[in-house]
Amino acid sequence: MTLLSFFNYWVVIILMMVGFYCVIARGNMVKKIMGLNLFQTSVFILFVSAGKIVGGSTPILRDGVEVYSNPLPHVIVLTAIVVGVAITAVGLALAVRIQEAYGTIEDDHLRDDFDEEDD
Amino acid sequence: MNLLALMPFIVLIPLIASGVVALLPGRTLPWVATLLAALASAVIAALVLPEAIGQGPMSYPFGNWPPPIGIEYRVDAANAFVALLVAGMAAITLLWAPKSVAAEIEGRHGTFYALFLLALAGLLGITLTGDAFNVFVFLEISSLATYALIAYGQDRRALLAAFRYLIMGTVGATFLLIGIAFLYMVTGTLNMADLAERLPELRDNNAVRAALAFIIVGMGLKLALLPLHLWLPNAYAYAPNFVTAFLAGTATKVALYVMLRFVFTVFAPDYSFVVLPLSTVLMVLAVAGMFAGSWVAMFQIHLKRMLAYSSVAQVGYMVLGVSLATLTGLTAAFLHLFNHALIKTALFMAIGCVMYRTGSAKLDDLRGLGREMPWTLTAFALAGLSIIGVPTTAGFISKWYLVLASVEVGAWWLVALIVITSLMAVYYIWRVIEAAWFSPRPQGAVAVQEAPLALLLPTWLVVGLNFYFGLDTRLTVGASTAAAEALLGAGVALP
Amino acid sequence: MSDNGILRIIARFLIPLILLVGLYIQFHGEYSPGGGFQAGVVFAVGWILYVLIWGLERGLKVISLKAMYVLSAAGVLLYAGTGLLGVLLGGKYLEFYPLLESPHAAQQAGIIVVEFGVGLTVATVAMLIFTLFARRRSEWIAALEQDDPEQRP
Repeated sequence: MTLLSFFNYWVVIILMMVGFYCVIARGNMVKKIMGLNLFQTSVFILFVSAGKIVGGSTPILRDGVEVYSNPLPHVIVLTAIVVGVAITAVGLALAVRIQEAYGTIEDDHLRDDFDEEDD
Repeated sequence: MNLLALMPFIVLIPLIASGVVALLPGRTLPWVATLLAALASAVIAALVLPEAIGQGPMSYPFGNWPPPIGIEYRVDAANAFVALLVAGMAAITLLWAPKSVAAEIEGRHGTFYALFLLALAGLLGITLTGDAFNVFVFLEISSLATYALIAYGQDRRALLAAFRYLIMGTVGATFLLIGIAFLYMVTGTLNMADLAERLPELRDNNAVRAALAFIIVGMGLKLALLPLHLWLPNAYAYAPNFVTAFLAGTATKVALYVMLRFVFTVFAPDYSFVVLPLSTVLMVLAVAGMFAGSWVAMFQIHLKRMLAYSSVAQVGYMVLGVSLATLTGLTAAFLHLFNHALIKTALFMAIGCVMYRTGSAKLDDLRGLGREMPWTLTAFALAGLSIIGVPTTAGFISKWYLVLASVEVGAWWLVALIVITSLMAVYYIWRVIEAAWFSPRPQGAVAVQEAPLALLLPTWLVVGLNFYFGLDTRLTVGASTAAAEALLGAGVALP
Repeated sequence: MSDNGILRIIARFLIPLILLVGLYIQFHGEYSPGGGFQAGVVFAVGWILYVLIWGLERGLKVISLKAMYVLSAAGVLLYAGTGLLGVLLGGKYLEFYPLLESPHAAQQAGIIVVEFGVGLTVATVAMLIFTLFARRRSEWIAALEQDDPEQRP
């Protein structure tokens, strides 16, 4: 069953598309950030699943262990998660300030703003 | 201490300094520390460049872990040139900064300058590193700092611009990460030199093709290549003037460098340009960008937005040079990368001077200002000559090389397009000059003074550099040629 | 929420445990799964739980806003400084072998110090983000309650 044996990739693709759709289609800025998070998470899963070796143990040196999973993707993903956290924090902070400045965080209400104020 | 040991400090000095600057009180102290840090990295970059051109690539393994296990900084002519540009522009814009920043940002400036240093360190890190994942990390460091810097703008629309840039920038960076993930999955390495060695065996692998596509789209977003440029005009228009001047000279340039590094070094040109119709795609997008950017710029009433759209057009020129995929074309791309940084920074600085005095960057508010702020607007006009590409200016040199490269591949129609878009540049620069000198000052307008010397001198310094590099092209053409050669390797030509 | 007995007692029991787990992850990071980032986040979570129950004011008495700023910068500088030490002692940046005689001990010491810097920064930055978001809301509401009709959305 090749379709099922690639199930991690299916998960990645579905998550990625859900996240991406959310970023594009949702007007609410907090929802956009949620979508962005989901989109990034799908890439993390892609990376981590690449490091898994069937039957491999944790990558810690001890006796009797020959096959172990690749730890490098985990380290990379950890770094990418930190980046994701920082982006979420900055994005939410901007959303808070936009709420304070405009009184709304619905992008649809703000769409024409750039042209209107230019008079 | 030899030069190799100093090299990583181009990135480390701003990175470490940002931690210190964040804690400094007041306004002058953070600025002085920031300026010193930027100057130090610019000086080291200037020392490294001739060495990298003369001696070939320099490699610095972090923690003494030999690559490809450890992370290395790998510097050849291409990235030494870009690093010098970024650090140099940072130092020059910082000279201009204190008055402008003091007028626009309240309270203490420690955090602001710390963010600036982080953005600088990120951009320099992207440039110097030889590790694909490290590019992503530094890209995000610089982007995050940039979002925050843009949000410092006084206009509330700065927040909106920053938020939209955050969304698009993050999507772009994540695309880059997907590309890197594919590369890692098929090769098992992240070191760029190592990737370049292993990829030729995997030419028929679909994951490698997808990786190339993802990386091009991701970097196209950061680069503001035409259909992906939507974030740029508003971000540039509403950011603080100092931030705009710095970003216009550096951010898109570094993104272009990353794209070139992946297309040419990691994938090798005879792969990238064959597997994807990259030459055609980039050429179409570049020409479209040149036209659309110039066209929209012609009708902007907000001058910073006008210059931002002009930037979209100028990115088109650079990408056009790349799409030709010849040594001359790539040289032209690097030349324009350098020269455009000088031109756009000078223009934004001049507009910044106007905004410092009048608080507005609208074309209407500029009417008759030529007589009241002659030095500022003369600087704008001279930098405008450079963006049009009048001989004796830096802008002429890069356009000349672009024309040469087009003629070399027999594409005469490109020459015509370059001339037409330059004429469009004449129009949008002329509108400003006409408003400033040939229109009367509106009735009841308040008298405006000339901008203070602290702003004028750095502006004129950059304008002067525009003319210097228009006449003495040894540094720019020499380094650009070396950079193009370093990327193309041993003269790999297109089929 | 400190008037709710169940929350108070469970939190009293949990917070020391959370902090302890944070420290455990921190100081075992060099040879087993763990490290500064995870440890810093877990440690910050302990503090955030405390704030959720006893309020921000008491939380800021434990660690003031200024201390957070200083410590977050100090963590970065500790990391960078350890790297510099390697250069000063004649190695590469972030090379730990020159730090101590025995290579094993040197790597271990180096990585512990560096990870401690990471943990310090991550913990304080996580607290900082939480504090700033929490305070912003109350400040905004306070600003709205004052007679300032232009601020009202």
